[in-house]
Amino acid sequence: MFYREAGQFKSTYAADMAVFPIRQDRIGIAVILLLAFVGVPLIGNDFFTSTVMIPFLVFSLAAIGLNILTGYTGLISLGTAAFMGVGAYAAYKLTTFFPGVNIIVLVLVSGLFSAAIGVLFGLPSLRIKGFYLAVATLAAQFFLQWAFVRVPWLFNYNASGAIEVPQRLFFGIPVTGASASPETRYFVCLVLVVVLTWFASNLVHGKLGRSWMAVRDMDIAAELMGIKLLNAKLLAFAVSSFYAGVAGAMMIFFWYGGGEAADVFNIRLSFNILFMVIIGGLGSLIGSFFGAAFIASLPTILKFGLPALGVPLSGATAEHVTFMLVGALIIVFLIVEPHGLARLWQIGKQKLRTWPFPY
Amino acid sequence: MNAEPMNVTGEPMTGKGEVLLAVENVSLRFGGVKAISDVSFDIRKGEVRAIIGPNGAGKTSMLNCINGFYHPQEGRITYKGARRDKMKPHRAAAAGIARTFQNVALFKGMSTLDNIMTGRTLKMKRGFFWQALRHGPAMQEEIEHRRVVEDIIDFLQIEHIRKLPVGKLPYGLQKRVELGRALAMEPELLLLDEPMAGMNLEEKEDMCRFILDVNNQFGTTIALIEHDMGVVMDLSDRVVVLEYGRKIADGTPDQVKSDQKVIDAYLGVAH
Repeated sequence: MFYREAGQFKSTYAADMAVFPIRQDRIGIAVILLLAFVGVPLIGNDFFTSTVMIPFLVFSLAAIGLNILTGYTGLISLGTAAFMGVGAYAAYKLTTFFPGVNIIVLVLVSGLFSAAIGVLFGLPSLRIKGFYLAVATLAAQFFLQWAFVRVPWLFNYNASGAIEVPQRLFFGIPVTGASASPETRYFVCLVLVVVLTWFASNLVHGKLGRSWMAVRDMDIAAELMGIKLLNAKLLAFAVSSFYAGVAGAMMIFFWYGGGEAADVFNIRLSFNILFMVIIGGLGSLIGSFFGAAFIASLPTILKFGLPALGVPLSGATAEHVTFMLVGALIIVFLIVEPHGLARLWQIGKQKLRTWPFPY
Repeated sequence: MNAEPMNVTGEPMTGKGEVLLAVENVSLRFGGVKAISDVSFDIRKGEVRAIIGPNGAGKTSMLNCINGFYHPQEGRITYKGARRDKMKPHRAAAAGIARTFQNVALFKGMSTLDNIMTGRTLKMKRGFFWQALRHGPAMQEEIEHRRVVEDIIDFLQIEHIRKLPVGKLPYGLQKRVELGRALAMEPELLLLDEPMAGMNLEEKEDMCRFILDVNNQFGTTIALIEHDMGVVMDLSDRVVVLEYGRKIADGTPDQVKSDQKVIDAYLGVAH
């Protein structure tokens, strides 16, 4: 009843081409942003912010990256975690070389390194497709993961082989390192994710997004429209790896606060992000957020939520039950809606528009 | 049509412009199979040129050679006076050759509007960073091209399906959207591969009207493959007939219709 676009007339093409052409959607986004910027820090405690919200943001960004590649351009990648790792190590090396430069700038620049590596491993994509490309990107995963362990230069030759996140200030407030508060780290992540999502949304709604989808849907016809397949695919790899790289750098610097990154950026993470994209919805930015929320946050919420609801579970059992529940839910969602949560969301909105007279 | 002047080679002059595309002695092989052998014909500016022939005659292969999907082993193709043998499809697109496919090759996951907008890709110049901002010049460009696309949508009378994903449209409309996508490229040469296959009479009549309108209003040169002889004879200025990869006749519809070899090819010969 409230979600209805009747009476909202558009008199310019600009208004018609807006990302959210319906007023209720714009209000919805404003409310969500307000909640994210004001609500979460006010209501959430440190634990909630650092174990639910920050991982959610990091995974969302990585999922957006993979969605640009897999969902929009139709190229399957199993190397997302490796590209995230490139971002993390690049950020670490950059903080070592340029200690005076703002950490947020460095995190963004490290995405460029990841983009370059992504393009390199994307080169075979012109010739190979589908499962074969997945295997080729798997090579990236194994090779890079090997490099993270075996090339000591990457972790500054320290004995533990771990990335040591230095303390960096932003306008006098510590944003990385041990003394950075969860709220500060959350804010940095949130701003990065919001800005980068806005960029991604612009890209996929414009000429580039159309070229990518054209390559995905019918590459022969796309070539006939004058789209150079190699350029379009490599650009998709570059943008996708940039997002993955920034997500990886954020993961180490704002979430883990250090750690042996080779253990983190393993193939399980790659698969997790692929699941986020598939369950969230291929070719949908909002789906990336749904997927990240589902895969990354659900285990945490179940693990701590079930005991809070009075279901008595010990640590290890809780973990196993969570695994089983998440697995079952994934299967249920894929049967109910193979096109992911984003499609479910769309159907819901469509139902709401015609409610209560759905004919 | 019958009283046309003949040129030196004895081919009819249609009164249309100079040669836009010339195919000379083209042969195409796939391994041992000869798809096209030693075919020559030309397409003149502003005409509607039909390529007909029984199934497997090499008509689609011919179109694929013209827009660069296949590279013939022998012979040459001259477009706008410049020889081009190993042209890539995207280069052909940039040179003004657009094409529709026998089996609709639309971008199924995208809306009608996005499909036709994709046809404008080559005309959109704003770089990556403007695209990422989607404001200022990038947005202006987008709106500018949206206007052109809306004109095409009006022309083809598909306003009502503007925002629908094309995968769910009925076949006739999909064919129309595909024509719209090709038109959005503002081509000089438009290749239509069986634009009326699988359509009912009304849809065929609509499509004929659109093809003639495109030819008249925009002056687009059209090469079409079609099996419906009535359509071919009514629409085209000149017809080339292929059989088993060879050219067996070339001329105005009337000439071709009365050609004994063509009649034999279509009706068979008594042995």
